[in-house]
Amino acid sequence: MSYTFDYKQLDSLEQVLQEGLIDLGVHCVVLIDMSGNIIVNLDNGKMKHDVYSLAALAAGNFGAVSTMAKIIGEDEFSLLFHKGKTENIHFSKILNDFLLVTIFGKEVSLGFLRLKVAEAVEKIKSILESTTGT
Amino acid sequence: MAFVNLKKKEVQVKIVYYGPGRGGKTTNLEYIYKQFNHRIQTEMIAIKTHGDRTLFFDFLPFEMGQIKGYDIKIQLYTVPGQVKYNATRKLVLRGVDGVVFVADSMEVRREKNTDSLKNLQDNLIAYKKNIDTLPIVLQYNKRDLAEQGVPLLPVEVLEEDLNKELQAPSFSASAVQGTNVAETMKKIILMVMVSLQQELK
Ligand SMILES: Nc1nc2c(ncn2[C@@H]2O[C@H](COP(=O)(O)OP(=O)(O)OP(=O)(O)O)[C@@H](O)[C@H]2O)c(=O)[nH]1
Ligand SMILES: [Mg+2]
Repeated sequence: MSYTFDYKQLDSLEQVLQEGLIDLGVHCVVLIDMSGNIIVNLDNGKMKHDVYSLAALAAGNFGAVSTMAKIIGEDEFSLLFHKGKTENIHFSKILNDFLLVTIFGKEVSLGFLRLKVAEAVEKIKSILESTTGT
Repeated sequence: MAFVNLKKKEVQVKIVYYGPGRGGKTTNLEYIYKQFNHRIQTEMIAIKTHGDRTLFFDFLPFEMGQIKGYDIKIQLYTVPGQVKYNATRKLVLRGVDGVVFVADSMEVRREKNTDSLKNLQDNLIAYKKNIDTLPIVLQYNKRDLAEQGVPLLPVEVLEEDLNKELQAPSFSASAVQGTNVAETMKKIILMVMVSLQQELK
């Protein structure tokens, strides 16, 4: 079994992420599914991250955190964010099966980032919902 | 579930090494990492305890080359085999395209193998997957221990215990020596690719 998105969907996803996040100063965005596959991966041209490992770890980490939430009776934790000295990483779940991973630096405040991620997520949702699974 | 990227002409496939604790899953990946370093562009990721037991998973991305013009990216994972880690084991199984079940040939581990296979079956059901239709390869590991006089289960017994209903391809192997490690991996990749063939246009 496999699934795919058509060119139009992939182009729209890239456009949303480029204009809605990268152009505003975000360093790197990776849209993944919960099994760790990379759907779209964009950066500002200066990043050399190992995105495949990042995707595997992000999917596992998000799964672990969701399971923890369930154990203590929460549906989901709303804010998933790790702060570093220069780089920060933010996770946002999209529908049931997808995760948006955003890496950003000091230039962007967390409040602004959350707002922009939320806007992008809404657009991504409508694009993903027209999935062509086989 | 494999993801086919039509734009980048790339297929991402997830293969999970499953089996009882200490059976040799991580050793399989370590061998592949050493042997095929020209096809692997990153470090192997291992989330483990101080005692080198897998805590969450090992991860190794493997470049298969091209099929029908698509770049095939194989993502190899191992689960933690210890019974107590079922929550994380289950997470690793999410979206799996093919399984290598690494059984421990040591006589004393007989029940651990059958318990683990049952656990795999249960965890797949949680993802609405059926062990009988999912590509799966069995590996009877640690055959080298026979030389040291360690009592091993005969292959026929392992077949009877684990493969009677599955009727899956199986290999006798030694992950530490590398015997049949590549063969096991090639077989599961082939089976997964065959199951995906029709979907790649
Ligand atoms: N003699 C022998 N020892 C092996 C073989 N494969 C693995 N081992 C040893 O068995 C022990 C456990 O191997 P691992 O690869 O860590 O086992 P695992 O299945 O990943 O275990 P968990 O992470 O706990 O699930 C190690 O000490 C290995 O060196 C083999 O083919 N022959
Ligand atoms: Mg291990």
